[in-house]
Amino acid sequence: MADYKEIISAYQDLPGGIIEAYHAIQKEYSYIPEDAVVAAAQAFDISKARAYGVATFYSYLKVGKRGKNVIRICESAPCHVAGADKVVAALEKELGIKMGETTQDGKFTLEFTECVGQCQATPVITINSKPYGDVTADSITGILAGYK
Amino acid sequence: MAEEMRIVLRNYGKIDPLKIEDYINVGGYQSLAKARNISQKEVIDEVKNSGLRGRGGAGFNAGMKWSFSYGTPADQKYVVCNADEGEPGTYKDRIIMENDPHTLLEGMAICGYAIGATKGYIYCRGEYPYVVEILNQAISQAKAKGILGDFDIEVRMGAGAYVCGEETALLESIEGHRGEPRFKPPFPGVAGLWGKPTIINNVETFANIPVIMEKGADWFKAIGAAKYPGTKVFTLTGDVVNKTFFELPTNATIRDVVFGMGGGVAGGKKFKAVQIGGTSGGFIPESMLDTQVDFDSMIAIGATLGSGAVFVMDETTDLVDVIERITKFFEHESCGKCTPCREGTKRMHETLKKINSGKGSAQDIALTERLGNVMTRACLCGLGQAAPGPVLTTLKNFRPDYNAKLG
Repeated sequence: MADYKEIISAYQDLPGGIIEAYHAIQKEYSYIPEDAVVAAAQAFDISKARAYGVATFYSYLKVGKRGKNVIRICESAPCHVAGADKVVAALEKELGIKMGETTQDGKFTLEFTECVGQCQATPVITINSKPYGDVTADSITGILAGYK
Repeated sequence: MAEEMRIVLRNYGKIDPLKIEDYINVGGYQSLAKARNISQKEVIDEVKNSGLRGRGGAGFNAGMKWSFSYGTPADQKYVVCNADEGEPGTYKDRIIMENDPHTLLEGMAICGYAIGATKGYIYCRGEYPYVVEILNQAISQAKAKGILGDFDIEVRMGAGAYVCGEETALLESIEGHRGEPRFKPPFPGVAGLWGKPTIINNVETFANIPVIMEKGADWFKAIGAAKYPGTKVFTLTGDVVNKTFFELPTNATIRDVVFGMGGGVAGGKKFKAVQIGGTSGGFIPESMLDTQVDFDSMIAIGATLGSGAVFVMDETTDLVDVIERITKFFEHESCGKCTPCREGTKRMHETLKKINSGKGSAQDIALTERLGNVMTRACLCGLGQAAPGPVLTTLKNFRPDYNAKLG
């Protein structure tokens, strides 16, 4: 795994590059370690409060540990009326955790998201940003099998 | 019934989006060459005369906007593409970028020449990492061929903040800050990214530019509605037979969209409502379906064209439940900078939750209506101003649905 300090230094000279740096860290770690926010503050020469403020403003970024595979379920109106709640129930049952939680083995985290722009096939979930459309309670096991 | 007409999606399915040669073989980048052979002012006049208005939701004349940056002297200017498509139910920009990325690059380069900018940014939503890859490939192909000349384009990723679709919040985000909207004026055309003159247009707007340069303003102006000419890409969701996308001239009616191309309500059920323009759009009843979809006709019925998202609901839909979900969305997405939005979206969600759970009163409805009217006028940016739209239009057009839930 690449060190977050190395990742940050690659973006240090990019104007406004802190968000790009956070994306790159998250791609590697699946989240942004707390210490990486402090390192980013130093590298981009802004206060820790500001660096933390940016990292926590955006819902796609997550400061603090979460699972290796991040499952996000869209709850925007088109997915809502297409039965997103049934998908949520099936995922919670399959993984034995509630929304917002991470499995004990650290493999999966369940999160809500707003629209991910794949509305031709509602309800939609994403796993590590890869979209899966027309998800049903029955198709969950098959989809997750590829990540176990 | 209106027939599909593909301008921005003209190359959809016809070229390999990852091959610049394919784009060039269908006439791609000739409009850029044509533009560079005439004066900057002539390019701007052509766009202005075509009547093209922004396809991101605000509907401002694109050429007019360009003229503001052109007329502002600066050592650096920027062209920014708003690809932060976050309106629930919208995926038109993704379809354009996935299938014809070079048309976007060409549109931006023409704008760059017209206003005198050498640097462009595409701000693409973080939920589309696979689109970012396509865009980066397209940019490196164009650079390798030297086809963009001195115009450089860079992709920046959003990170899941709906408010960044607002142009000044988007600029803040590119600069590496929290995506909070700025006070206007100054407008970005004069003082935008890093304080420099900046043109921000939507993906669909830029995708129209190469065609306008190729076929001319008069050709474009003759298509669709007179005051909002051209086409619009629609994406259909909800209880509709064809959950898909298509492009129609702007003089098509809502009925053409939902019952023509859309194939009508799914499962043989009856129509209840349609929400157009994304989650901030108004809810439209059956009696208004013969309205034209162009910007001004939609405003006239208290609705919006917005992003072109079309969310169809059948007779079994619990509208108040959908509205509660929408108010939750806005509470979550409010950036918190201005009080009417930060507090207003929260209170509105609270009240809708109460009404939806059967505990609301007539007084709650009256308060919600009053709060919505205050937010429409007092919020700093489009997010807060538009947030009460779904609540206010359902209160107006579907009041019995609320009354049935009162405790």
